[in-house]
Amino acid sequence: MIIGLDVGGTHTDVVLLGQEGLVRQNKVSTNPADLFTTVLSGLEKITDGIDPQCIKRVVLSTTLATNRIVQQRMPDVGMIISAGPGMDPELFRTGPHYHVVSGGIDHRGREIAAVDADEVLKVADTLEQKGIRYVGVVSKFSVRNPVHELAIQEALGERFEKVFLGHRIAGALNFPRRIATTFLNASVYPIHKEFFEAVVNSLAQKGLNLPIRILKPDGGNMRFDASIDHPAQTVLSGPAASVMGTVAFAPQSDTCLAMDIGGTTTDMAVLVNGVPLLDPMGIKIGEHKTLIRSLDTISIGVGGDSVVRVVDGQIHIGPDRLGVAMAYGGPVPTPTDAMFILGVGEGGDLEKSREGIQALADELGIDVETAAQQIYDKACQTILDEAGAMVERINAKPVYTVHELWEGSRLQPRHIMVLGGPAPWFAKGLERLGDCPVEVVPRWKVANAIGAGLARTTCDVTLFADTEREIATAPEESFTKTIPSSYSKADATAMALDLLRKKAIARGANADHLELEVVEAMEFNMVRGFFTSGKNIRVMAQVKPGLIHGYDPIAEKIMGDHFV
Amino acid sequence: MLRARNKTGLVFFPAFDWAISPTHPEREERLLYTQDQVFEEGILDIEGIIEYKPDLVTKKDVQRVHFCVPDLWAVMTESHFISAGGAKTIAMAVMDKQVDCGFALVRPPGHHANRVVHGARGFCNVNIEAIMIEYIRKAYGVNRVAIVDTDCHHGDGTQDIYWHDPDTLFISIHQDGRTLYPGSGFLSEMGGPNAVGSTINIPLPPNTSEDGILHVIREAVLPILEDFKPEIIVNSAGQDNHYSDPITNMNFSAQGYAELTTLLKPDIAVLEGGYAIEGALPYVNAGIILAMAGMDYSHLKEPDYNPERIRQSPEVNRWVEKVCKKVLENWYKRRQLGEMARGDNRFIERDRKIFYDTDNIYERQHETLRVCEACGGALRIDSEAQERKHILAIHIPRNACQDCHDQGLAWYEEADADAYDKVYLQDRAADVMKEKVKPA
Repeated sequence: MIIGLDVGGTHTDVVLLGQEGLVRQNKVSTNPADLFTTVLSGLEKITDGIDPQCIKRVVLSTTLATNRIVQQRMPDVGMIISAGPGMDPELFRTGPHYHVVSGGIDHRGREIAAVDADEVLKVADTLEQKGIRYVGVVSKFSVRNPVHELAIQEALGERFEKVFLGHRIAGALNFPRRIATTFLNASVYPIHKEFFEAVVNSLAQKGLNLPIRILKPDGGNMRFDASIDHPAQTVLSGPAASVMGTVAFAPQSDTCLAMDIGGTTTDMAVLVNGVPLLDPMGIKIGEHKTLIRSLDTISIGVGGDSVVRVVDGQIHIGPDRLGVAMAYGGPVPTPTDAMFILGVGEGGDLEKSREGIQALADELGIDVETAAQQIYDKACQTILDEAGAMVERINAKPVYTVHELWEGSRLQPRHIMVLGGPAPWFAKGLERLGDCPVEVVPRWKVANAIGAGLARTTCDVTLFADTEREIATAPEESFTKTIPSSYSKADATAMALDLLRKKAIARGANADHLELEVVEAMEFNMVRGFFTSGKNIRVMAQVKPGLIHGYDPIAEKIMGDHFV
Repeated sequence: MLRARNKTGLVFFPAFDWAISPTHPEREERLLYTQDQVFEEGILDIEGIIEYKPDLVTKKDVQRVHFCVPDLWAVMTESHFISAGGAKTIAMAVMDKQVDCGFALVRPPGHHANRVVHGARGFCNVNIEAIMIEYIRKAYGVNRVAIVDTDCHHGDGTQDIYWHDPDTLFISIHQDGRTLYPGSGFLSEMGGPNAVGSTINIPLPPNTSEDGILHVIREAVLPILEDFKPEIIVNSAGQDNHYSDPITNMNFSAQGYAELTTLLKPDIAVLEGGYAIEGALPYVNAGIILAMAGMDYSHLKEPDYNPERIRQSPEVNRWVEKVCKKVLENWYKRRQLGEMARGDNRFIERDRKIFYDTDNIYERQHETLRVCEACGGALRIDSEAQERKHILAIHIPRNACQDCHDQGLAWYEEADADAYDKVYLQDRAADVMKEKVKPA
């Protein structure tokens, strides 16, 4: 059996899945101040009376690290940066313990200035005196040649508890993002480690020896222990859980929009032929632009519990939430209250809702039903408009080859799939105001937790080969190999796929059912004078995001008892 | 959060799957390291630097500028539709005020492509800047445009297209034509009889470095621009003045290019040549982008940059100063020189031979221009390429006066379709292209 757990802003959803479908579902209130207890109580409740031996995997989607970053409650972290010529590295300063040292690597990975070990030692002394225990080391173009980051690490020796190296973070080029991502990894490391140990120990004490995995923002997961070296990859996996929750039910040969309408926000993504689109760059957390791979999702401040106000004679919805709807005893009117008045939604105290919306109607000089209708339409229209803007933005993304521009087709979603607490209520308005059919995802209230539970292990590999320098490297994997000058793009692709297979298995993927794909394979002649001196080859391969093998029967069962 | 002082648009179209030939300087790899550098520096993450996906140009956009022989499809590749389209995309973003300025980093380039095109010259098939400029003239009603061509090679194609246009100031700064392809661009080339002074050539001696080129910008280009008062400044941003460029002999640097951009403040820059694809382009392009965005570029330099080693000689100093003086002198005397060039003629003719180095084509042109004080003048070009097509091309300028418009139409009407493979009418006043084909 599989447990999926998704920590949301309001509720934490937990499901237990078996061959018979959805066996159990639970909701516990999220305590933002103590996510550890929230997660633990969710796990305890769902496993109550179940033999732990039967549980094959537990996938957690937690916002623990994200919260710390957003609230800027992070420990002091030292950063050692080697930039060489280019943008001023001071522009990317992460905080007070940020030190720029000498050294330079160029775009082909060649050394243009050496690292000075004495200089690094002086920085290490300073950091140590300040009581710093976690350090990030980043050099420009380290993903082409990590030699300087490794040299700095060696100079640091054993003086710090954990040193994070930029080139192990991601294969893509982007020095400022590599700095930010390395910094975040070092910053959330202690809290993540503490969380990890606390969860494992507490469960063990209760006799629950569960194989835990963590959901990543790219919709895949990794083994809990693998996350210790990549703690920042645990951030913002909430939207990914929702998207994965729709994957099982999305059309396999069409484009659709997935929308998770929650209490505070609506998260959206695009699925093409059942596969969610990835953000080509990396996730943004607070002010930090990172290299952490993620699904291409947006989050807007419109949900069932959003505050509704009248500003300058106009209805405004969100982006904040002050509590539940007035119908449930909340302090201010919300779209949920409007839906109750219109008879779209049900439950709660209708009189309370009417009271709240009446106040707004008076301000607008209209009757309460009209006000409720306008609020409902405005909320749905805002969601549709933002979805349209997201599709526009994806279609406007630049491309770099003749082929891509000529062949590139435009995305045009033809279905909307909604999930989340108020999903069925919003669905009616979305269908009326939009121009495509809207479906409610089966088990919409906990589909996000189902998605987390069924997501497969994902990872990616970037390989560079330079036949003039006769080396192939995948710095993120600590991989360097001498290659012959006859090495080809086909060789590089095979090598990248091999590395990816090993990495995926090590991260916890099922070796028998790996869906690998080559994302990019480019080969360039390097010319000196008018003669080809070598080839520059770049290959990027990934495990396709998706659900684990064999999920179909479970999904069918869940679909079968739709709305039960 | 890093923020650009000027909102800057970029189109990045490296055409990773297009080359003239595998070892040609204009090949797939050319913008690879530039892209690596721009990506690694995180320049596209800067707030206010906006990357656009290139639109394609249309057939009509191309026909506003060129006479393509035998037809447009023989001249344009997919890449040309995109690279010209990239320039157009940036121009539209600037004109629509989405950005303050923009840079199209596209290939293939275009500044050696003339008005009549039988094939490729200097790696160029069609003139992407001219296509862009004529588009924004049509779409946004822009009239006065200044083009500053800072490629090391003379921008002879752009010069050809605007030779008779008094509303387009074309300034080309380049290595002296006696020492470099295409062998033209001398001080004496100042524009056709109806537009004397609107073409300005500033040939510089080999080994000119930062001091010289920035002197030219400060002392000649900026005063002339101030005087001309263009609505828009376009920079044909060739980057082959760089000290490491393999096919030129100049000593300019990445810092120099950035400084040049800061001084010139182009509304739109379009990448032209530049073939030091590893040692120069990544740094120069990053420098130009930062300069356009109004950001600090003082830390950006080539790994082997040594200003002392490339400093120009006193002799070069003197030459540069002399050239600038002469350029300004010509500029202030342009009306007088124009009157002299026109004399009492009603029509002025010239014969030219044009060599297409990339495609090995010889073209012979006989040009007839209606002398006109009111507009650029009706233009008739009889063009024959050896062992290829023989065409007659008639151009009526955008702001044509009634007489020139009538003259152009009359030339087209009376042209004997039997005598040519094709007769073209480019009526810019009506924005139409017509053709008469030899009867079968």
